[in-house]
Amino acid sequence: MTDMVNAPRPQIVVSPRREHPSVSQRDYAARTIHSMGRRKIVNALMVGLTWIAALLATLPLLFILFYLLKKGASSLTVAFFTQMPKPIGETGGGMANAIVGTLILVGTAMAIGLPIGVGAGLYLAEHRATKLATAVRFLSDVLNGLPSIVIGIFAWQFLVRPVGHFSALAGAVALAAMMIPMVTRTTEEMVRLVPTSLREAALALGYSRWRTSLTIVLRTAAAGIVTGALVAVARIAGETAPLFFTALGNQFMSTSLREAIAALPLQIFNYAISPYESAHALAWAGALVLIGLVLIVSVAARFATRARFGNAAD
Amino acid sequence: MPPTELDVVRLSAWFGRQPAVRDVTVAFNEREVTAIIGPSGCGKSTLLRCLNRMHETVPTARVEGSVLLHGTDIYGKDVSPIALRRHIGMVFQRPSPFPTMSIRDNVAAGLRVRGKRISRAAIDEIVERALRRAALWDEVKDRLRTSALGLSGGQQQRLCIARALANDPEVLLLDEPTASLDPISTQKVEDLVYELRQEVTVVIVTHNMQQAARVSDRTAFMLAGDLVEVAPTAKLFTTPADDRTEAYITGRFG
Amino acid sequence: MTEPEILVGPQSLDDDSPGGLAARLASAGIGDRAYRVVITVFAACVPLLLTAIAIEIGVAAWPALHRFGFSFLISSDWDPVNGAFGAAPALYGTIVSSILALVIAAPLAIGVAIYLSEFAPSWLRRPVSFLVDLLAAVPSVVYGLWGIFVLIPLLRTSVVPFLKDTLHLGATPLFSGPNYGPSMLAAGVILAIMVLPYISAVAREVVLAVPRSQREAALALGATRWEMIWGAVLPFARSGIIGGVILGLGRALGETMAVTMVIGNTHEISASLLAPGYTMSSLIANQFSEATGDLHLSALMAVGFTLLVVTLVVNGIARWLVWRVARHD
Repeated sequence: MTDMVNAPRPQIVVSPRREHPSVSQRDYAARTIHSMGRRKIVNALMVGLTWIAALLATLPLLFILFYLLKKGASSLTVAFFTQMPKPIGETGGGMANAIVGTLILVGTAMAIGLPIGVGAGLYLAEHRATKLATAVRFLSDVLNGLPSIVIGIFAWQFLVRPVGHFSALAGAVALAAMMIPMVTRTTEEMVRLVPTSLREAALALGYSRWRTSLTIVLRTAAAGIVTGALVAVARIAGETAPLFFTALGNQFMSTSLREAIAALPLQIFNYAISPYESAHALAWAGALVLIGLVLIVSVAARFATRARFGNAAD
Repeated sequence: MPPTELDVVRLSAWFGRQPAVRDVTVAFNEREVTAIIGPSGCGKSTLLRCLNRMHETVPTARVEGSVLLHGTDIYGKDVSPIALRRHIGMVFQRPSPFPTMSIRDNVAAGLRVRGKRISRAAIDEIVERALRRAALWDEVKDRLRTSALGLSGGQQQRLCIARALANDPEVLLLDEPTASLDPISTQKVEDLVYELRQEVTVVIVTHNMQQAARVSDRTAFMLAGDLVEVAPTAKLFTTPADDRTEAYITGRFG
Repeated sequence: MTEPEILVGPQSLDDDSPGGLAARLASAGIGDRAYRVVITVFAACVPLLLTAIAIEIGVAAWPALHRFGFSFLISSDWDPVNGAFGAAPALYGTIVSSILALVIAAPLAIGVAIYLSEFAPSWLRRPVSFLVDLLAAVPSVVYGLWGIFVLIPLLRTSVVPFLKDTLHLGATPLFSGPNYGPSMLAAGVILAIMVLPYISAVAREVVLAVPRSQREAALALGATRWEMIWGAVLPFARSGIIGGVILGLGRALGETMAVTMVIGNTHEISASLLAPGYTMSSLIANQFSEATGDLHLSALMAVGFTLLVVTLVVNGIARWLVWRVARHD
């Protein structure tokens, strides 16, 4: 039997460097380990900060919604939706005229802004590289970024001052001016998504170009365009500044486009700055209704977009 | 000599400066299937698209020459391309049913743009007839109101053929109609094309020589924009007159 | 089966009249031309509208601008009775409130962007970005309402005492003086919340667009997550983020309702953030309906015109920056 224990061991050659670490290398190792610790702390700190940032960013919305519900829910009676505002200082009353007013203003703004926005979007999608198209795309962005009060004073100067009185129409025009760039942008995007093969198929069947655009292309892109329009509507429904000097607001129920008209955001503002508690309560309720409307439409639009891209038309 | 449906006379077509079809003269006979074959880029699809004036829908496209439909030049000054396309229909390579319409409405789509109103009953009859001619009726007759997107690729293509047939065109142009289909659907479409010749003049562009041999009565071979040769299919594939044709058919290029 | 009548035209194809087929093939292209004209006109509405806005406001502002010239932007003298109009406090207030908003919102937005792209667990990503984006949907007047009844009392009772006394910031000019409620600070905070979603959306996109290769290269060199972000991701995303911040600035500059409800509408320049003030937009909103006389009105229009120009310039810079980043992709 061979002696395994005493068998000669293979000679392992250890490189001289490994065998005896020099002083400088020990120092380096020590330093790296320490800074490694520091780096880890910094890393953990920064990660923590981003978590805090995320928290701070998501809290305000929940905070606001909570307060709206807390302070506004109790005033959301049927009377709120059906009654007119009571004279200043009296409790009770509702915002019926403001709700109707907002509906009329938004409806009229849609009647003006949607055709123009969809038409402009169609132009941009079908005539992509013309000078007008480039200009419109750029200027549409510019228009989108204008402060709403600037649009408000424009509408006043253009539509109120010359005729001498406020009108719902002026307010609707101001809102439409805000709607147009949004609708133009989404319409262009949606129409571009329609594949050329569909256009060609329609042309080959004997459709004229305008028929192809309006009946086949627009119909295919309709879902997306409607979603974009809804988002734009949600945005303008909540606007106050453009209405300040155009629609002005109205104590009474009005459905005429030629007179001043109440609007939900305007009414909320007036109640908020008034000194009476009863008015404040109504302001909260109104804000709750307004934000409910706006949020429902925004969320629905978001979900619709996500769902659609799951089964995009080929 | 069989009467010609479509006469192409010295047709040339360009994309901007780039020539795609050079001085082509060819006649498509009535109630026959004519295939156009050739390697990629030879201009066969462009030639086809000139036959129903689809080529000019591309910006920078240009056409010279004439195409006579029963003696009338479709490129004549007073001819409307839109009206023309009801006489000369086209089916494209990718099936493209209109996604927001039902099967029935898809087939009837071409009927909607007629000047005169057609009763619903008449539309239903036309739809049924077109679907039967496209060999699709039995498969969809119970779900005419459902979305066209629910059909398979092969069925969608036959739907597009039915849609084109519903217009009752004199000529049907097919641009590589089976290129994106599976073999079984391809076979169904080929059978269909073969049957259609009894009623319609068919011009089919294909990159598949065997397909051309299977379905067509005459075949035209194009190369680099030129029409090299056109002959009865059997003759072209067995005894081609031109060397280039022979080289292509025997697989030496393309 | 009887052939249904295919209504191509009155004649059938066998018609021998020479114009038969040709006649049927002829038709007018009026529809196409009309369609093209209509959509071109509609498209042209956008530049037309913008021009109209600039012209109308400019024309209305001209009397005041002509009268006061450059001093309009420098003088603090706002005296409708004597016809002196200097908009400096409003200009000051706009700038200060917007900068304060950015100081608060930009780090938060960048932090959220980094969080969402690097550290967030995948089930949290959608909800968090959703909630942040939804901030943009809240109407301005609702922010204002919340600002008056929740934020201002909160600032007055908790935050400001904390800043002044506990952190001893009361000694600094920024936090000196009494805080009665409406203040520049309140305006800055509300604006911060309002512009946060805009900066965050851009920052998120830009950070996500940093190619994987950059990230992996840094990690492979032994960097910690944070070091990778600081050293590889952020520099790459820098101009896009700056573009987003300037976009937020553009939004903050023009914000009216929420600001006018919490800033106090006082025509004064004060070093302290705790004092009330004015912004250009809240000045217009506050005084327009009670403007006394044409000069007053023209002065307000002049403020509006200034606001218009400033917003255009700022948004232009922002777009250019973001566009530059998009080009580099």
